[in-house]
Parts: sequence; structure tokens; C-alpha cells
Amino acid sequence: MADKALAGVKVLEWANCISGPYCTKVMADLGAEVIKIEEPGFGDEARRYGPFPNDIPHPEKSGLFLALNTNKLGVTLNVKTPTGRQILEKLLTQADIFVENYPPKVIRDLGLDYDHLKEINSKIVMTSITPFGQTGPYRDFKAYEINCSAAGGVSVGIGQPDREPLVMPASQGAYLAGISAAVGTLFALFAREAIGEGQLVDVSEVEVWTNVVTGLAVITYIYRGVTGIRQGRRTGYAYFPSGTYPCKDGYMCLTAPQQAQWERFLELMGKPEWAKNPRYTSRRRMNEEIADECDNLIMPWLMERTKEEIFSLCRKNRIPFAPLRAINELFEDPQFRARDFFVEVDHKETGTLKYPGAPFKLSKTPWAIERAAPLLGEHNEDIFVKRLGYSKEELATLRRAGVI
Amino acid sequence: MSINSLEGIRVLDFGTAWAGPMLGHILADMGAEVIKVESRSHIDGARLGRPIVGDDIAGGDRGKWVDMQPQFHGLNRNKYSITVDLKQPKGMALIKELVKKSDVVLDNSSPGVMKRLGLDYESLKEIKPDIITISLSGLGAYGPFSDAIVYAPIITALCGLVSQIGYYGEPVLGAQTSSYGDCNASIHGVFAVLAALYYRKRTGEGQHIDLSEVEAGTSVLAEAILDYAMNHRVAEPQGNNHPAMAPHNNYRCTGDDKWVSIAIKTEEEWKSFCQAIGNPDWTKEERFADAFSRLHNREELDRLITDWTLNYTPYEAMEILQKAGVAGVPVMNVEDQYFDPHFKERQTFVEVNHPLVGLEVLYGFPFKLSKTPAAIHRVCPSLGEHNHYVFGELLGLSQDEIERLTKDGVLE
Repeated sequence: MADKALAGVKVLEWANCISGPYCTKVMADLGAEVIKIEEPGFGDEARRYGPFPNDIPHPEKSGLFLALNTNKLGVTLNVKTPTGRQILEKLLTQADIFVENYPPKVIRDLGLDYDHLKEINSKIVMTSITPFGQTGPYRDFKAYEINCSAAGGVSVGIGQPDREPLVMPASQGAYLAGISAAVGTLFALFAREAIGEGQLVDVSEVEVWTNVVTGLAVITYIYRGVTGIRQGRRTGYAYFPSGTYPCKDGYMCLTAPQQAQWERFLELMGKPEWAKNPRYTSRRRMNEEIADECDNLIMPWLMERTKEEIFSLCRKNRIPFAPLRAINELFEDPQFRARDFFVEVDHKETGTLKYPGAPFKLSKTPWAIERAAPLLGEHNEDIFVKRLGYSKEELATLRRAGVI
Repeated sequence: MSINSLEGIRVLDFGTAWAGPMLGHILADMGAEVIKVESRSHIDGARLGRPIVGDDIAGGDRGKWVDMQPQFHGLNRNKYSITVDLKQPKGMALIKELVKKSDVVLDNSSPGVMKRLGLDYESLKEIKPDIITISLSGLGAYGPFSDAIVYAPIITALCGLVSQIGYYGEPVLGAQTSSYGDCNASIHGVFAVLAALYYRKRTGEGQHIDLSEVEAGTSVLAEAILDYAMNHRVAEPQGNNHPAMAPHNNYRCTGDDKWVSIAIKTEEEWKSFCQAIGNPDWTKEERFADAFSRLHNREELDRLITDWTLNYTPYEAMEILQKAGVAGVPVMNVEDQYFDPHFKERQTFVEVNHPLVGLEVLYGFPFKLSKTPAAIHRVCPSLGEHNHYVFGELLGLSQDEIERLTKDGVLE
């Protein structure tokens, strides 16, 4: 078995849904030990979201939970009970990292904020992921995905100009917050070498959207007053063609930042003379002033060809057009297949299913799924009995008392 | 003196445009010494285009001032810049000397380019056995499509995300104003590099990271992929609809193109919401009595809520709703964010002074470390600004040698 990049790193996770669990999943998938704490009875909220096989809800068969909690050990613990709190503190003394994504007020009221945790374990890195962060006038505001996408400056750029802006779909803000938190956490782990202590890693999903994706726009705003606006299926402030275009059997994404790429496309269409037509020399003007007319130049050619035909021709001619892949097409995609991207994971309750694979390929310490997501409380005995020293009888009592 | 997480780590940044450079600056923001390898004959495309100050005087694709392109300023802060002609043997020899003193080499060139230059992992490992290299590419280092030219919108199209962007029941739209594909790949790349550095600390071994931006994009589409794996259902645009929440939308406010996002999850939140908007009669109707009915009647629900939001600015609506414990947040553009009190207190944006442009505002950092925070120590470099520091101080060349090499076009 190949070596693991993060072997020896011990993570404790108390989180729901996506941002916290994804943060620790990426660490677990590279070999860190992640103990996931779930509330007795209910568990992680993601267990109720699905998708479920045949749409029949089952807390052990939620696709979101299964995908986001690979490689983790799972225990149940009610941290709000005094005994539960004691157990949590024991676990904290054995951890390098503690990741949570509860509202700041919940954490403060429980006395689980960093100022308290550092008294329990001065070396612990505490990573807190919230919509607005641990400080600032909005820190206790309520916000879901659609709200974070709104304040993050993302939604304003998606949709038709005269209709409502659209949330970035597929919970991307939560994943982005999760991976950003994982990055911040590893930075804190490095810093610990120099300063001999842990610290707080404060991650705001809104801030992540801004400082990873949309914030570059601030500099053009300050100097040119540009605020950006959604353009439907086109890209604003770009060269024609830029955007989503239909073809014979689906949609293509068109972009051609370099003039040479556009001219090669005209050659491909058999219309190289258009590049010399004075009406079609400024591609910025074509996109901003006469876009519909210019669409009519290229649509007939696109509508006669399938996605794969166009993609193949464009690759051959070094034109950066590509098909919009639907989800079902991903599994058949030759590139994903050649790279063994999708992986099969076997789980006690669902059987074998295909999961998304590694976001990166490390040559010496490859990403791997060694174990499927845990059943609720699956490792209670391993952790509470074998590691913390409770007896099996005490385990039963803890269960009956609602502590685990 | 503040300690930086990556103090003592040196990175050679061969990145261009967005994905590579962003990876580099995040490492630099946390204290690594990141040297951007440039060349006057092969300028990073992000240095071209409309400059911050003045108009696009060259016309067409190219701007005049390579040190004044706004995108470049954001993506290359905290870095050093050297100019080297990699095609000249003396230039390449100097780079290899630099590799001996470096920990990480990053690039986002097309697959094969670094190998042709002799700068791939196998070659660099000979020079520095524990080197860590990362190559970001659109589709990965190998595979039938690895030669495709890829930009950010292409990544999100190929990874399966764009197929989910659009209004409910309508044709796919896309999110073309976003560079999301590059950004997502970049931050995943930082994580991979940090993991590799951690491994090297423990074992003394380096390694190579092959990052396909499309794979990084697909790896975060778990729900859609599992839904297809389980039920053969293909994810389609849902607009602002949510499977379990109603109200859940962006609602029009007073003003031009002003919206507030509102999402309500629990019955308690719904009751608070009704109270906050003055308990109008329609909120007592059967068809809005619980989540199931509200989901069923969401179009009418949204119309009625809009009747309320149209009376307020987004910020007024947020104040009323948040006071009631309801998730109401304005749809912000960058101007809203710049003036927003929360963003200001958190210092989400950072003001710096650039020698050529004067005051500039850059985006900040995606995490706040309480004891060893990220910071902007230096602004984005001018082309070749640090040739003397890098070749003189780090590699020990004399002033005369550097001048001669510059005249000969090696350090250009």
C-alpha cells in the first residue's frame, strides 16, 4: 500500500452537510485520521438530504453523506451533556485539528470557542467555517447557500440581465469553503512548528467566494467603475464568441481569447474572409453591439454538427471550444476513463457505487478511498472503549443516557 | 516580527494567466518566497490587455503597459519577478541553479511543455532529489484530450457544472462571467502542495502533482454524480429552487437591478418571517401553511413576497429579516461589497500602495489565521524587478555578470 501524505495527522470533526465534512474529507483521503462526531439518533444533517437509491430516504444511504465522509471514523456524541463534553475534551487532547461549522453563537454558548479550547489543548488548530466569519457586524446573521452566493458577489453574474440573479448551483460555495478551510488548516499546522501552539482558522464562505473567485473585480471597480452584470448565456467584456451555444445534440462552450484561435475557426467553417470584413474585425464590438447578428454567422455551422464532432475538430485545430457535459456523459467521457477518475466504493448498505475521484494526482502518496463513510456510531466501541478506556458496560450506559 | 507559515520555503512559479499564478500567490501570502519566472519574449498574458490607468491605446488584444494590468496585480502580489530566456542554455543553467535552492516548482503550461524544456519532475529530481512539482492543466497530463486548449469557462463546461446552471425548466445558460474553474483548481492545488510539503517534512521525499482542472471541478459535484449513480437521474438547471425550502429565491427590491436573497428552512423561521413582514392575510392561507404546500405553490409565494420586497432596498430588507432571525442577505456586486460594513471590518479587501499606480485595492485571503495571518508584504512586481536580488544575492553573480547576461538577452 502506498504511503500517505498526511499520515499521523489527527482530526476531530463536528460538522454538518458540506463545508466542514469536505474540509476533513480531503485530509482523510490523503491519510489523516478523521474522527467524525455526530449527534446520537439524527447524525449529520446530510444523512437526510440524499440523493437516495430509488428516492427512498434512509439515513445510511444518503449519497451526499456517503461521498463527503469517505475514510472517516464515525462516533455519536451529545456534546451538550456534561459527560459528553468530558468525552469531547478527552478527544480534543488527542487531536491536532478540530473542525466545526456551527453558528458562532452556538459555539460561544457551549464554551467551545478557541479561547476555551486552547486551555484544553494549547497545540490544537481550530477551524471554524461559517457564512460570515467569527467577527464583524454580520457574524451572527443567518445565511444558507443562496445567501452566501448572493453576498459573495457570485449570483449577480449568473442569469439573464432583466431577471432574477441565480445562485451558483451544486453547493459550490460550501465545497469552496471546505477546501479553503483545509488549506488554512494545513498552513496553521506548519505555523505550529514555528510558534509551538495552535490557533484559530476562521473561514467565512462569503469571504471565500470573494477572495477566491469574484474579488479580483474590485480593482477594475476602483479604477474604472465597472461592477459587472450578468449577460445570460454570453460573457460580458469579452471577445466574440463567448458563451453557451446550442449545437445539433446539445450545447457548446465557446471562447477564443486569441485572434488566431478565432481565425482558425473561420478557416474551419470555410469563411476565412470574414476576418477581413471591416464589420467583423473588432471582436469586442461584435460581442457588445452586434452579438445576435454575429451569432447567425456561426449558428448554422454549429447546428449541423454534434458536440463530439465539434470538439474533435476544435482539438485538431487548436480552437478552445468544448461541449457542456451533462452528468451522465461524464462517466462515458474518454478522458475521465483514461485517467481512472471515477472510483467504485463498496458500502454495507448501498453496495457498490461510483464516486467522484481524486481532485489531484500525487505521484508518491496518491489519494485513495480505503474505507467507505461510517455508519452512525460505527466506531463508538473502537474510540470510546479501545482508545478512551470506557468498558463495554459503560458504553451501553452512555447510550441509554443519551450521551452517545 | 510576525511568523509566516511557510517561512523558508522557496517556490519557482512558471504560471501564467490565472490558475498557476493564484496558487503561487496564496503560498506567498502565507510567507513563502515565490519567484515568478518571466521573459520579455514570452510575457504572461495577464500582463497584457487594458491597463488600470489610461485607455486601451494599442487596440485589439494588446495593451501597452505590462506592469499595469489589474488582473495581474491581484494574482501576483507578494511575488518576486525575474526575466530569463529559457531557450538560451545560460538562462536554463541559471534556472537549474535556482531549482537547487527551491522547494516547489509550479506551472500551468500545456502538457509536454515543461518536459520539452527539461523542467519536468524527472529532470528536476536529478538536480534536487526532494523537489515538489505541480503541473496544473485543463484536462491532465495524459489522456486522449490532454492536448485541448482550455480556459476557465471550458473547465466548468467539461466538468459537468455548467449543465446545471440556468432557470428552472429552461435551456442551459452557463455562468460565463466567472473564472470559477481556474479558482477551484487553484485552491485544490494549494492543498495538494501543502500535503506534499507535509509529507516531505516527515520523510524527506518530494513528488510530482498532476492536477487536471476539470477533475478538480468534477470532484466537487458529489450530489449530482451520486444521484446519477443511484437513480440514473441527470441533474438539470433548477434556477433558485431548492428541493426542501420555500421561500428560497432572490427577490426584487426597490432600485435598479437590486435583489435580496431569502431562504427559509424551518417552521419557526417561517413564523418569524410572517411576523417580520407584518403578518399579511395571505400568509395565513392553507396553501402556504407548511413547507410541502409552500414548495407546491412557490411561484405564487414568490410573487407575494416580491410585493413586500419591492418596498425596500436589499439592505433594509436584510435588517428587518435578520432581526427576526431570518436568512435575508443582499445580492451584492463588487461595489456593494466594497462599501459594506462587514467587509470593511473584516478587511476582506486590502489597500496597498503600488509604485506605478498609487493606491490600489486587492482582494484579501480566504481564511483568517489568528496568530500567523496572511498579509500583503509586497505589491505585484514589475517585469524582471528582482533580477539583481535573485541572480546576485541568491545565486552569487556579480553586477557585471548580470549586466552582461542582460545585454546578451539571457536575462530578458
